[in-house]
Amino acid sequence: MASYSTSEFKSGLKVMLDGDPCNILENENVKPGKGQAFSRTRLKNLKTGRVLEKTFKSNDTLEAADVADRDMQYLYNDGEYWHFMEPDTFDQYQADKNAVGDAALWMKEEDICMVTLYNGAPLAVTPPNHVVMEVMETDPGLRGDTATGGTKPAKLATGAVVKVPLFMNVGDIIKIDTRTGEYLGRAKE
Amino acid sequence: MNDWKPSADIGMLQKRAAFLASIRTFFAAREVMEVDVPVLAQATVTDPHIESFLVYAQAPLSQYYLMTSPEFYMKRLLAAGCGPIYYLGKAFRAEDAGSRHSSEFTILEWYRPQWNLVCLMDEVSALVAAYIPGEVRSTTYRQAFLDCAGIDPYSASLAELKLLAHEKLSPAFDSEERAIWLDLLFSHLVEPNLQGKVFVEQFPAAQAALAQTFMDEYGNVVAARFELYINGVEIANGYQEELDAGVLRARFLTNSEMRKSREQAVPAIDEKFLAAMDAGMPPCAGVALGVDRLLMVASGEKNIAAVMPFIH
Repeated sequence: MASYSTSEFKSGLKVMLDGDPCNILENENVKPGKGQAFSRTRLKNLKTGRVLEKTFKSNDTLEAADVADRDMQYLYNDGEYWHFMEPDTFDQYQADKNAVGDAALWMKEEDICMVTLYNGAPLAVTPPNHVVMEVMETDPGLRGDTATGGTKPAKLATGAVVKVPLFMNVGDIIKIDTRTGEYLGRAKE
Repeated sequence: MNDWKPSADIGMLQKRAAFLASIRTFFAAREVMEVDVPVLAQATVTDPHIESFLVYAQAPLSQYYLMTSPEFYMKRLLAAGCGPIYYLGKAFRAEDAGSRHSSEFTILEWYRPQWNLVCLMDEVSALVAAYIPGEVRSTTYRQAFLDCAGIDPYSASLAELKLLAHEKLSPAFDSEERAIWLDLLFSHLVEPNLQGKVFVEQFPAAQAALAQTFMDEYGNVVAARFELYINGVEIANGYQEELDAGVLRARFLTNSEMRKSREQAVPAIDEKFLAAMDAGMPPCAGVALGVDRLLMVASGEKNIAAVMPFIH
């Protein structure tokens, strides 16, 4: 397997650290006036999602992680696994609860998600940044109340709960930012 | 495609031009002569922490190093009796780029025959005061360690240094080399706390480079060397210059041994430099200053790229 030296560390590089695949988020080189230089690196453990900071000696190396991000279509959930398909090859993958995590709240069948494969198996799933979903449950809308800026909770088909303006009703289609879980606006669909 | 654009804006480059001109004015007024020594050098440093660029030409077949510092050439001039001199120009170090590092950078280095470190530090203060006002405070390597990390860098055991590093930082390596742990702790725990303008004096003898050494009041052998930090950024590094060619040769050989053990390239020792030292360089104090960094700090910039026309 290939390995990377600290001089090649950059954001997005996938490396093995203590047996787990990690994504490098940031790397800063620190060099005292005279003496040993270091690399201060922020990494995200792709298995646990934990972000950690480590200090390496310059020119230390880490093994490359066999990790690849692929765009895949979300097909369905069979109760235990979430099934995805690569649109080009029609290869199918099943991801378990650990891999899908909170992404399950934002995935609609046929949406294109980013599936992170580790040694060929799904390790993590990232939903699209913006998704469009239908409001399934919420208090009745207050007609005309578009200016006060108040919000109320609304439940979506996936079980996600987002804050929406008071005038929204069951059956309305809304656009959400999946990174923050925030309501962005009404959508037409 | 926008990669053709300069990394600094034009307003900053005008400021940089005025800044370089003011440095030359400063030394002209003090009757220090500018010398533009070669950038293509036949020999280079042996310091295990500094890597040089090697450049080749096809015909006629030749090989040079890009100089990492004008020091060796300038000391040959001093031995030839040139009097006080400065160099303001490029130097090159093959190292990882960062917010404070570029492999090609502008260095200001000057030498004052018959001066001691106190006089030289005053002159550094005077130069810097034109760009960054305020008092300069002074501390020692040992005291800064005690203040910022709560540990005496000379009496602490290797185990204590490692323990502190693991408590405060997350080293992803291990080492039995004491110097590496000191460098880690100093660069991460001490340097960021050197706010304002601070001279740090009396570095460990192992970090003497080309400076003289002496015994401090606690019985530690220390280097007659200072560093100027401004807001946590290392700006200048000065020495009471070691004059003894034999002492310098022994240090170079230690460096070469260390390089061999680390499987680094081992460059030949600069014999012309040592011959000049043997012939006799007058006692002097010298200092090197990172020009890009000083401009960066004086302009309140966080990244060196913002003050350089282009970054690699």
